[in-house]
Amino acid sequence: MGKIPLVLPVISELPQKCDIPVGLPGLTQPFVAGSIETPVGTAPRVTSVLTWLDRWGTIRARWGVGRMDYTVEPGLYAHGNPNNESRVLVTANYKMSFDRLREALPGRDAWLLVLDTKGINVWCAAGKGTFGTEELVRRIKMSGLDKVVTHRELMLPQLSGPGVAAHLVKKFSGFKVKYGPIRACDLPAYIEAGLIAAPKMRLKTFTLRERIALIPIELVAAFKAAILLMLIFFLVGGLGGPAGYWSNATNYGSCAVVAILMAIISGAVLTPILLPFLPGRAFSLKGCVVGVVAAFVLLIMRNPYLAFWPERLEAMSWLLLIPALAAYLAMNFTGASTYTSLSGVKKEMRFAIPLEIGAGVVGVGLWLVSRFIA
Amino acid sequence: MEGMAYLKDVVTLELNEEKCVGCGMCTEVCPQAVIAINDTGRAWIKDKDACMECGACSRNCPTGAFSVEAGVGCAAAVINSMLGRSDVCCCGPIKTCGQTVHPKKSSCC
Repeated sequence: MGKIPLVLPVISELPQKCDIPVGLPGLTQPFVAGSIETPVGTAPRVTSVLTWLDRWGTIRARWGVGRMDYTVEPGLYAHGNPNNESRVLVTANYKMSFDRLREALPGRDAWLLVLDTKGINVWCAAGKGTFGTEELVRRIKMSGLDKVVTHRELMLPQLSGPGVAAHLVKKFSGFKVKYGPIRACDLPAYIEAGLIAAPKMRLKTFTLRERIALIPIELVAAFKAAILLMLIFFLVGGLGGPAGYWSNATNYGSCAVVAILMAIISGAVLTPILLPFLPGRAFSLKGCVVGVVAAFVLLIMRNPYLAFWPERLEAMSWLLLIPALAAYLAMNFTGASTYTSLSGVKKEMRFAIPLEIGAGVVGVGLWLVSRFIA
Repeated sequence: MEGMAYLKDVVTLELNEEKCVGCGMCTEVCPQAVIAINDTGRAWIKDKDACMECGACSRNCPTGAFSVEAGVGCAAAVINSMLGRSDVCCCGPIKTCGQTVHPKKSSCC
């Protein structure tokens, strides 16, 4: 995660690092609904109507299935029946970004210039510079845009701002950049208002609906990491203890599996949902609070015999481990959130990571001791 | 954003008001309404704690009036870079000239 250099590199000539095929995108992609002749060749035509296949693709990507390769070919597409005076809208080649854009344009003719962002959405790609000045200028030249349209204006999503320097695009390509609204669905209102964005169109929100949409991918990532952990806890749970191996595993091991599941639900589901209502500003603190509540719920359900040392230690171990794991997962949600700064995340991590690791180590230690003195 | 504010007094955003020419690009690209134009037609930092250090203002300022240590506020990415995986993008594979590097897939974006 590099910092964006404070001094912008001067692009004197465009580097041709990769052999990117020059020309127009393929006509055989499943979402292409036809073609249109342009001065530079036959361009694929798309519509604003999404098919069940497009919607299924969105659901799959939200759950992390094929998400890293959910792309459209970069280049120039026609939306509807554009001519040489139609607007040019620029987007990323993540299929979900492309679909959100065309979905917002029913009844409007426009050119869609898709940049090669390696299948990453607009905002993330802009943050890494792949949705950037260099790629935009190169894509304008490669698609022959100056021959397809007579005007010299591009409309970019506002969130491409971290990667694109509008004044440099103008300097190197001759095209003026207009930053449209953050959300594609605001485009009709923005265009109707004469390319003027209402203040709320320029403000990135993080609504309940937006936070819920991110939960599946958080859950999938957490489960992938936790499944081995749960297996180990289950198997070790059978060792020691008063009864036979499988009886112990079913008792203490199952409790561990439930505890880890509760930590995941706390950090990756409940924290995102309750985000604005949880105390504190640091995400790890918010996750920790939910984790403490979850740990008490587990203990109430389990109802341990606290006069008995092994059960007392086991209870203490879950009071440490569930909040620690929930805090860690909540901290990772900073990357999905829309308002955390890098300086803030670093500051948060300086106090949160040592505490999370400390609580984790002590918690695992107590749990192991509780197993072997039982 | 109502009910949502991140840590106070950590943001590295600075503005050299003397360099500002009042074009207003910074107010257009900022997704958190951090910057406003004052009565004299120059930019000022209205709500510094709301800044998420995305770097859009400094990238789009034609006179270089802004400085910010820009980056993505993503714990997974910070961990990756601390572990020496500094080239790793937290959001997906980085394809460089035909070869695809698959970093640890994370949920950050």
